[in-house]
Amino acid sequence: MKTIQNIGLFIFLLGLTIFSLLPFVGSFELSKTTLDTIAQEKNINSEIFLDKLHSTVVGKEFSGLLSLSPKIATNLEQANAYHRKNKEYNKVIYTSAHDLTALIAKKSANGFIVDNKGLMWWLTFGLGIIGALLFILPNVILLGKKGIKNNGIYLQNATNRGWIAWMVFVFLVTFYLVLYFRPQFAVNWTFLVDPISFSLSGNEAGHWFVYGFMYCTVMTVMAVRMYIKYRHNAYQMLRTTSVLFFQIVFAFLIPEIMVRLQMPYYDFKNIFPLDYDFFFQWNLKSLIASGGIGLFILGWGIALSLIAVPMMVYFFGKRWYCSWVCGCGGLAETLGDPYRQHSSKSLFSWRVERWLVHLVLVFVVGMTLMTLYSFFTGSGTVLGIRTQSVQNVYGLAIGAIFAGVIGTGFYPIFGNRVWCRFGCPLAAYLGLVQRFKSRFRITTNGGQCISCGNCSTYCEQGIDVRAYAQKGENIIRSSCVGCGICAAVCPRGVLKLENGPEKGRINPTEILLGNDVDLMDLLNKK
Amino acid sequence: MEHIVIIGNGIAGITAARHIRKQSDKKITVISSESDHFFSRTALMYVYMGHMKFDHLKPYEDWFWKKNRIALINGLVVRVDISNNTIHLQDSQEVPYDKLIIATGSKTSKYGWPGQDLLGVQGLYSKQDLETMEALAPNKEICTRAVIVGGGLIGIEMAEMLRSRDIPVTFLVREDSYWSNVLPLGESQMINEHILEHHIDLRLSTNLVSIIPDEFGRVKAVTTDNGETIACNFVGLAPGVTPNIDFLKDSGITLGKGVKVNQFLETNIPNIYAIGDCAEQHQAIGNRRAIEAVWYTGRMMGEVVAQTVCGNKMPYNPGHWFNSAKFLDIEYQTYGWVHGNKGKPAEETHFHWRHEKEKICITMAFHKDSKQFLGINTFGIRMRHDVIDRWLTEKRAIDHVLIHLKDANFDPEFYKSYEAAIISSYNKEYNTSLRPKKKSWKRIFSNA
Ligand SMILES: Cc1cc2nc3c(=O)[nH]c(=O)nc-3n(C[C@H](O)[C@H](O)[C@H](O)COP(=O)(O)OP(=O)(O)OC[C@H]3O[C@@H](n4cnc5c(N)ncnc54)[C@H](O)[C@@H]3O)c2cc1C
Ligand code: SF4
Ligand code: SF4
Repeated sequence: MKTIQNIGLFIFLLGLTIFSLLPFVGSFELSKTTLDTIAQEKNINSEIFLDKLHSTVVGKEFSGLLSLSPKIATNLEQANAYHRKNKEYNKVIYTSAHDLTALIAKKSANGFIVDNKGLMWWLTFGLGIIGALLFILPNVILLGKKGIKNNGIYLQNATNRGWIAWMVFVFLVTFYLVLYFRPQFAVNWTFLVDPISFSLSGNEAGHWFVYGFMYCTVMTVMAVRMYIKYRHNAYQMLRTTSVLFFQIVFAFLIPEIMVRLQMPYYDFKNIFPLDYDFFFQWNLKSLIASGGIGLFILGWGIALSLIAVPMMVYFFGKRWYCSWVCGCGGLAETLGDPYRQHSSKSLFSWRVERWLVHLVLVFVVGMTLMTLYSFFTGSGTVLGIRTQSVQNVYGLAIGAIFAGVIGTGFYPIFGNRVWCRFGCPLAAYLGLVQRFKSRFRITTNGGQCISCGNCSTYCEQGIDVRAYAQKGENIIRSSCVGCGICAAVCPRGVLKLENGPEKGRINPTEILLGNDVDLMDLLNKK
Repeated sequence: MEHIVIIGNGIAGITAARHIRKQSDKKITVISSESDHFFSRTALMYVYMGHMKFDHLKPYEDWFWKKNRIALINGLVVRVDISNNTIHLQDSQEVPYDKLIIATGSKTSKYGWPGQDLLGVQGLYSKQDLETMEALAPNKEICTRAVIVGGGLIGIEMAEMLRSRDIPVTFLVREDSYWSNVLPLGESQMINEHILEHHIDLRLSTNLVSIIPDEFGRVKAVTTDNGETIACNFVGLAPGVTPNIDFLKDSGITLGKGVKVNQFLETNIPNIYAIGDCAEQHQAIGNRRAIEAVWYTGRMMGEVVAQTVCGNKMPYNPGHWFNSAKFLDIEYQTYGWVHGNKGKPAEETHFHWRHEKEKICITMAFHKDSKQFLGINTFGIRMRHDVIDRWLTEKRAIDHVLIHLKDANFDPEFYKSYEAAIISSYNKEYNTSLRPKKKSWKRIFSNA
């Protein structure tokens, strides 16, 4: 069994290595006609830039993006500088060098990767999946009888912030940086999934399609791991199935198919304010322009935020979204599960959390009010501040860096819910409802707690569950995503996630069951 | 300002300190030689098994003590001088007190086995025990076999710990079935099976005779009363615990096995109290033992003594007995009294149900004539403490308990529930026709 796992690990790493090398290889040769089409498509009318490209790029073979990318970037910079100097603003190229390079590379690639997309898929994704499964599946036997399987978590390098964890950290952070800021290096990856993209939407794959596909793949494979690890726990099995379903069907398949049907790309479960650009001008315009379905989406999106969130949180707690539906939560609960113990439980972190997450909520609401004001009045500024700039700052700082780079990249070191805990404005909103008006609570079972600390250690939201449990107090915290792991790992059966009447939800503290009755009376009187 | 000194920073001492602070402004000093800060002894096993690091065992962050003005001294108390109200530490520091609370807990019992102090022979009680265990049995290459002596809760924990590192374990149990002096037979047998499933070499009705050293003074084998010699390089002693009170001999404080206290947790010396594992009641309360070495008792006594010390004299008067444990993968909870072999009163009848495939079972004890519900043990099913506690207080009949069993279920959502199977089995056995009622929140909260 161990040998199978080692073979699996080898195969996985092989796939991963090939995948990681792809950005640096491949050959690109830009033809004159392709350049002309791109120029037309992107409205590029800077002769200087096009001439330069014709003389330095067109017809030449470049191997690897490291050689192609700088050429385009310098030409673009020089051309723009020239036009700006001469005040020829209509000739300035506003597409970023990275995006333009990505586009050019996508259209001009030739050679092995482009000619063997299927094979290349197998050598990367295929090997990765097979290797990972070979590594994971033997656990059905290796883990032994069903039950809690946390042996060795703090003894193993990968799950105890050892060098493996740091490597994963670097890999994830780099991967997200490429996705958000250097998409040209993702071009070779897009070829791997072109066939899949074609069959779904009829279009070529862009780097966000790669990401979406990879997201689903990683979640599926890691869900298998969850199924094996928690096979004694019906709550975990169902919950994992649910997040997987919503990711694959709602976040991945339906939007692609909608594009094929000439409808707007929309993820029906992505709720504002997590879906922060829902009310952005371009989105509203595109929705209104797409007729009936667009208006439906508009109504649906608003109803989700204003009706579904409070109602569902009232009945089930914020877990209905965070641990059963959400894609970010889904990744955290599958890929992130091995790292859940790293979330900080200190009082200090809790303070930081409350400030940060609510500030982001204020930020997103403020931005959206500005956006709507601009949309309806047509004025680009509010109180002298440019709406567009605020949107850009949010998109960069929160949308890309916080949610992506930090949110996922930091898994191996800071735990799997960094974004959900410190950054997600929707979580803040759900949390406010959960804290003040909900039937959800984690009931503490009388006096049974032995203060062992398993619950706190494995709470991904950094909640010091034990602090409540040892006092016999129910856990009512806005940040609890209802993952149910605290209840699972508790060796004394102290915790139960449940939806019940609001009366009795917040139980008096101080009084511990098992204590002498007079003492309880005394404390009651106080 | 009155100075309260507490010896021992375990659950008993720390609970007392916290509650005294809540109610008063007294000066509080806690002394312990084991660790700088309070930690949860019950979770020591999880550190060795890699579920947690030692730091996770500390229920309060390190700044907590200063903020709450609880002074901590890391030192060993060697003598209590009751005439001068002073305690003496090993480093010859002297600490005067106005009131003294002794909460020194237990230590592993040793029964005079030859070789019991050899290198590689130890119990599991303290942080230091955890450290030596980590050093002497770090993996199966260095520790090729371990022998555990004593079929109680700590014994099985040690076995589980060692198995988590694939170390072969032989488990010597004096009784003819695991923990059968406490557990009814059906349950005890189920645990026997489960122990074997975990590839632990369980030896029932077997006693340790002696421990044999190698030439370096480390254990190399044990002999048993079956005439067998078992080669091993680690021996875990878990035959039980005794109060840790040797330093109080000749102090003038009355001692039995533990520090003798009355219901107010007062010793024979007016300003000295004892709580937790080290306290021994003059008269056992109800079915309880005179020395109750469990976590919950330490906590309750700490809460009670804090009241007394703060001028609100209060007896220790615990409610219904409850406890819980985990045998490898099987969770166990108990409420009220369900007796095993030992001390089972004649009028106590048991109804036992066991799942046909899974390792799940329950035993309910009731009075054979009045049918009054006396207690319940569950294995693999979690129960709601306050509901069962109320049934015990209200002296409900077994029928009532069975019918409303769903109210007491505390398993996670979506778990299979077994009330129907349990009741139909009871119906068959006792010729009744009880039917389970649906769970009712109203009943569950009826006195909350
Ligand atoms: C491995 C293990 C698992 C357990 N699991 C459970 C469980 O699941 N459920 C349960 O109910 N109970 C369990 N127990 C029992 C429970 O931990 C004890 O009942 C409880 O910790 C006793 O608390 P205490 O405060 O009385 O004493 P302790 O926790 O023993 O604290 C006493 C402290 O005083 C210190 N001390 C003693 N003498 C001196 C001195 N002369 N000078 C200075 N310091 C001194 C000791 O070093 C110690 O730190 C377990 C015990 C062990 C060892
Ligand atoms: S408190 Fe429990 S259910 Fe809530 S997030 Fe933490 S581990 Fe999950
Ligand atoms: S895991 Fe259970 S017993 Fe341990 S501290 Fe948490 S609630 Fe208490």
